[in-house]
Amino acid sequence: MAGTTVTEIPELIGTGRNGGGASSGDGGGEGSGPSASGGVPQRTYVTGMIVGLGGILMFFMALVSAYIVRKGMPNSTWIPLEVPHILWLNTVILVASSFTLARSRSLFRADNEDGFRYWWGWTTVLGVFFLVGQVIAWRQLVAEGIYLQSNPSSSFFYVFTAAHGLHLVGGVLALLSVAFRPTHRLTRGTATEVVSIYWHFMDGLWVFLFLLLLLGR
Amino acid sequence: MRAPGMTLMRMPLTCWGWFVTAILGLLAFGVLLAGGILLLLDRSAGTSFFLPAGLVINDQVQNHSGGSPLLWQHLFWFFGHPEVYIAILPGMGVASHVLSTFARKPVYGYRAMAMAICGIGFLGFMVWGHHMFVSGMSPYSGFAFSVLTMSIGVPSAIKTFNWLGTLWGGKIQLKSPMLFALGFVSLFVSGGLSGLFLAQPAVDNLLHATYYVVAHFHLVMGVAAIFGIFAATYFWFPKMFGRMMSEPLGKIHFWLTFVGTYCIFMPMHFVGIAGGIRRYADASAIEYLQKLQPLHVFMTIAAFITAAAQLIFIFNFFWSLKFGPKAPKNPWDATTLEWTTDSPPPLDNFGGEFPSVYRGPYEFSVPGAKEDFIPQHLAPAQVARAK
Repeated sequence: MAGTTVTEIPELIGTGRNGGGASSGDGGGEGSGPSASGGVPQRTYVTGMIVGLGGILMFFMALVSAYIVRKGMPNSTWIPLEVPHILWLNTVILVASSFTLARSRSLFRADNEDGFRYWWGWTTVLGVFFLVGQVIAWRQLVAEGIYLQSNPSSSFFYVFTAAHGLHLVGGVLALLSVAFRPTHRLTRGTATEVVSIYWHFMDGLWVFLFLLLLLGR
Repeated sequence: MRAPGMTLMRMPLTCWGWFVTAILGLLAFGVLLAGGILLLLDRSAGTSFFLPAGLVINDQVQNHSGGSPLLWQHLFWFFGHPEVYIAILPGMGVASHVLSTFARKPVYGYRAMAMAICGIGFLGFMVWGHHMFVSGMSPYSGFAFSVLTMSIGVPSAIKTFNWLGTLWGGKIQLKSPMLFALGFVSLFVSGGLSGLFLAQPAVDNLLHATYYVVAHFHLVMGVAAIFGIFAATYFWFPKMFGRMMSEPLGKIHFWLTFVGTYCIFMPMHFVGIAGGIRRYADASAIEYLQKLQPLHVFMTIAAFITAAAQLIFIFNFFWSLKFGPKAPKNPWDATTLEWTTDSPPPLDNFGGEFPSVYRGPYEFSVPGAKEDFIPQHLAPAQVARAK
């Protein structure tokens, strides 16, 4: 660069060694720094989860925009789908699981191990109930003769619920993994934090999809 | 994890290129996946996301109805346009890096280069409709996509002029990596200019699905981006494998490929404008296209020769792995951190001694310094001063 000479003494900007820097958020304040050979600061996992959710969001938004476009096409063969009633119950269950998850995490931060495990367990159970409920909804539709290829509205219904459900299965596996497997590079506080970000996102996404299927009918 | 002293504005431009490429990949591939799943369901599960009514396949009327092929186009191209920027941005980063190193000059306008990479990435999400000008879209939509597409020319032009500015007045060393970086600039300009013509809906009405489009995207993606890959390979081969590639073979490879690809793709523009249509297996029944046949023959011969020239590179690569002269730590007198470690690097990259960063990545020909480059990792006290 013009004007740079060796007589300048550039400052060492931010050592980076205590990686994770300022706000490591919460999770028991575990922003513990890495060892010299490249341990990863705990905040990195949160960043990674958020970045990953960005990609997942794009996937779902592509499906949503396809739905909106397809529904709005003129001369459409679209037959509005009556959303199975059990979906209301499933939604309540999933929203409740977000509350139990938040409860579990605040007990974790208060070092209440038993309380943490109790509510974490309930979150997992509710998650499984949601998935069972979704399968029941599918079976109800099949019993009424409404399949994947019956009508575009049913096609989208199955695609939305399957895509979301698959992601939720991953979430349940993550919940179980935190409960049973010891963590290596992540601290437990970070593990609970990233799983909870994922879970709340899936919950919010479901509410959005549910409203879309309901109101877009 | 980050080297002490490293900041975004001290990153090599190659890293900027990869960084924005990664963001594009993250956001675009999800849309491709969604489209792909819906396509798969249409093909094997009887759905009709994209398939309209009345399709006859193998003399059988299909059951599908109500789908929209246009929906597929939107989903695909929303991914497809960021995809081509994924293809070119790393090459742009490499070009900046290599041009600076072999001109012994800082990158001209580093900040603008970094911002231009971000601008190209961002705008790349807003222009997908230019692949669909002939789909029947409203002319107003066409206008919007056209203006947005042309606006990507602005950061691209900034980068091009800054590459030239990097070279101007430099002490140019025409080694193999540099030749390919220079070739990148030439090919990017050639290929990019035809993109501006295609960005006009009125013109695209004529040129869509002709060989003009094929010439355009091959020059940018199939040649410029490949030259970025070659430049990077020749440049970092010594670091990766601890040996130098053959410089004479590199030069021969460059000249044959550079001339060869121009011979292939320049005439292709004429074929396109004259009406040569894409994806025709056999155009011999079409009268007006027969006049273009000599061009096709020429391009094909050029293509075979250029393809054969790549064998020189492949031979050079594998021969040098075993028999190339051993590479020192920093054969190119470059400034960035990878050149501080052994060639090839040890397992943890830096052999336990992690470098810190004290300055930007392109401190070449700094007045007052003894050497014509100051590596990023040297503390100020360690920099030798001219007597």
